[in-house]
Amino acid sequence: MEAKRLPLAPAVGGAALLLVVPFILPDWMKFIVTLAMAKFVAVLAVALFLRANLVTFGHAMFYAVGAYAVGFSVKWFRIDDMVVLLLLGALLGAGAAALIGLVMARYREVFFAMLNLAFSMMLYGVLLKLYWLTGGTDGLGVGRPTFLGYAPPREYLRDFLYYTTLGVAGIVIYVVHRFLASPLGFYLRALADNEIRIEYSGESVRRVLYVTYIVAGALGAVAGVLTAFTVGHIVPEYSFWIQSGDFVFVALLGGYGSVVGPLIGSIAFEFIRTYASKYFPNEWQMTLGIIMLAIILFRPGGLWAIYEALAARVGRRPSEGRRA
Amino acid sequence: MPDESILRTINLTKSFGMVTAADRINVEIGAGELVGIVGANGSGKTTFLNLITGYLTPEAGRIFLMGEDRTGLPPRVITRLGVARSFQIPQLYTNLSVLESLLLSLAAKTDTGAGVWRPLYRQPWMDEGVETLGRFGLEAYAHRPVSELPEGGRKLLDIALSFALRPKLLLMDEPTSGVSIKDKFQVMDTLIKVVEESRLTTIFVEHDMEVVQRYGRRVLAFNEGRVIADGRPEAVLADPDVRKAVLGRV
Repeated sequence: MEAKRLPLAPAVGGAALLLVVPFILPDWMKFIVTLAMAKFVAVLAVALFLRANLVTFGHAMFYAVGAYAVGFSVKWFRIDDMVVLLLLGALLGAGAAALIGLVMARYREVFFAMLNLAFSMMLYGVLLKLYWLTGGTDGLGVGRPTFLGYAPPREYLRDFLYYTTLGVAGIVIYVVHRFLASPLGFYLRALADNEIRIEYSGESVRRVLYVTYIVAGALGAVAGVLTAFTVGHIVPEYSFWIQSGDFVFVALLGGYGSVVGPLIGSIAFEFIRTYASKYFPNEWQMTLGIIMLAIILFRPGGLWAIYEALAARVGRRPSEGRRA
Repeated sequence: MPDESILRTINLTKSFGMVTAADRINVEIGAGELVGIVGANGSGKTTFLNLITGYLTPEAGRIFLMGEDRTGLPPRVITRLGVARSFQIPQLYTNLSVLESLLLSLAAKTDTGAGVWRPLYRQPWMDEGVETLGRFGLEAYAHRPVSELPEGGRKLLDIALSFALRPKLLLMDEPTSGVSIKDKFQVMDTLIKVVEESRLTTIFVEHDMEVVQRYGRRVLAFNEGRVIADGRPEAVLADPDVRKAVLGRV
């Protein structure tokens, strides 16, 4: 009975915890959690592909599309409303994915991974070279957003950003959960298994991948919009392959068998990176590597699988949320 | 050219290099027929199914389905026209449960196809899915992963996935291959009961003459890409040319 409902207990517990974060954590931690929730939206997109046994090393291109949609809108059109730009970003991300997806839906395995990387690096090159438009390596400042026309006082801005990001993350979790519980979501899982049977059911494998690509593109761009406003500055590195690699890393760290896994992974990743670079400034990447090695060797299902194992041990029903 | 047959092929031809796997095949299958195709390995049986279902494109000849020329259409379109097939090696979703696999077939046969918002687990589909699994004797496995099915169960599920599409023509490729001698008649009994109850036009490919003799109502014998006999099982299978082609002896 997989994918029938969201895992209720951890969902309620996690949501409650995230709701009180601004009251219990210092500002710098609030910033890290906001950033993690923003990036989680892109990680969830990457996790969709992983369910179909596809890896993308270029999903940061949509992340950059969302971020630069904010940058250009603020710079050229004086549009700085978070809600408007979230919708615009999602639309542009979906549009870009609809174009690139026409090519990507034809490819699998290493070609899918590397063609995505190629597209993202082309975008990186464009962002880098068109200095007059993008600010090149200097990037663009995006300033302070409004929220449906309301400009919150500076001292509350971080809280507004936090709760907006939390709200978007919640909506995204629900939407992706519904998507995965739909026939198309199941076909996505089946795609990893048997494309021949899908075609002989009368469904188009290419359509399954194409629609997923568009959904993932929109998610990537939404993450970019959230991150741009959270950080306040955007640079071409948003589209760089290392950013795409981070998304894959986090999806594996959190576990892509559940919609919640990437969120846990994203929060864990940002804290690990923060503390590792503080205590091991020259070896923090090695720390991440060791953690990834441990996850793959001992818990390939990621942190979510660890949660499931613990839940099983205390007598809960982990299968409820195994593939939410 | 309209006609009353479910399937009609005219001079269907396909070669692989020097080997002619389908050599001007002319076959007409009427509604409700239960046809067994028999032949030795390499005689062109599976090629014939692959041509009909669009997996292969013929070099020459035409394929009429339900009276319409459907030559050269891809498998997905052929399936949507009402032709479903199973495979010699079952093509299953091993990461899904048995019921989920069947629900995907039920979703695919709806006009809207695979939606992105409404759930796969819908009560009418679940009821129909469980009922269909029951007809194939698989209801006990409904919530088990496909990977846990025994070989006979995998064969049955492969056919159930096609049957759930409610086709007008069902093609079964070697439904008993890989199934133990003990179980093969049980598998065939189950399958034939389902297709006869549904009055579903069915073609099954077999290399086992005993299976074809027992279950076919009409038999086509293939040899070197050609149909060498067509008729009642007892007549076709008693034909010395057919016995020599299939068994290697008279």
